[in-house]
Amino acid sequence: MKCRKCDHKAVINMRQHKLALCKEHYLEWIPEQTQRFIEKYHMFGKSDRVLVAVSGGKDSLSLWDILSRLGYQVDGLYIGLGIDEGIGYSAESQRLAEQFAAQHALKLHVVSIPDRYGETIPAMAGRTLRGHDKPCAVCGMSKRHIMNRAAREGGYDVLVTGHNLDDEAAVLFANTMNWLPGYLVRQWPVLEANRPGLVRKAKPLCRLYEREMAAYALLREIEYIYDECPYSIGSKSLYYKEILDRMEADRPGAKLSFYLTFLQAKENGLFAPGADVEAESIHTCPSCGQPTSAPGFCAFCRTVIKPDQLELIHVH
Amino acid sequence: MPVKLILRGKEYEVKPGMTLRHSLLKIEVNPVSVLATRQGELITEEEILQEGDVIKLVAVVSGGGILEGGE
Repeated sequence: MKCRKCDHKAVINMRQHKLALCKEHYLEWIPEQTQRFIEKYHMFGKSDRVLVAVSGGKDSLSLWDILSRLGYQVDGLYIGLGIDEGIGYSAESQRLAEQFAAQHALKLHVVSIPDRYGETIPAMAGRTLRGHDKPCAVCGMSKRHIMNRAAREGGYDVLVTGHNLDDEAAVLFANTMNWLPGYLVRQWPVLEANRPGLVRKAKPLCRLYEREMAAYALLREIEYIYDECPYSIGSKSLYYKEILDRMEADRPGAKLSFYLTFLQAKENGLFAPGADVEAESIHTCPSCGQPTSAPGFCAFCRTVIKPDQLELIHVH
Repeated sequence: MPVKLILRGKEYEVKPGMTLRHSLLKIEVNPVSVLATRQGELITEEEILQEGDVIKLVAVVSGGGILEGGE
């Protein structure tokens, strides 16, 4: 199979786009597409300071690579979770993030949860109701909290994450299956900083397939963590991705169409902002100053701070 | 000599002369869930696999963690 743009052999055939490309043209096409989506959804500009959350995985490292190739001012943020599970998962992820930063002379901020809060994510989750079975909910909540805080404290204009089309389609699928209107109202390539204490967030890869990102990382020879997080095995997100992949195999473009028609429906006013009841009641956490949906301490502070310390913060 | 396909350390064998796509379906791997390399080079699903080929499959989903949303 030949490249659509030249006579060289194609290395990837994107059936959903009816487009086959050689290595050289593929490595041009991905940044071009990313730039198109950054502009289409008014994500950020060349004068903005961008913070990319990097996990050591293919999506976030590739995103960092693409944004720096495109000439954006982009620093990285790595959050150490303290996940070991006999394979040194977090240690290896951090090594890969630091290696990438060093190779490309990019600035990486590292926040270690065990160092800063005295506990690993699995340990923290183990003593909470929401995380005693699996640490994923506590992990997600902690990452969101720290990402927002790091971007605010660092004076960044926007926080970007490596969520790809498969991630977005899986979330959309889950939120539709469970009819979660608040999440459906909020899902968009950009999350505006429309509440005090929140930073602007953007997902420049939201229209690129996970497969396309894996191909980009391979062709750019980006070393990334290949193993799945040990706690994600058997997760619902992977289950939904598998279902969507079966549809994609039968009907190329199914995932893209699912996501794009949703975005179009939102633009046409199908989802009323009032469905997001959480947005109606935003409070400020007395401990960290970040926004929270209920009065009092936010979920992160309730999790990481011991009850007697919470009391001290409350009194003062 | 069969074609060898390797995915996450597990080896599969198929007959030569089929496309990569057909070979993946034979071993019940969804073609959209993997990328394939031969001698370090990425190949498309339309590639016809030859006798003795060793195809390294790269699972597209990696990393992990929960997604932002209701799950």
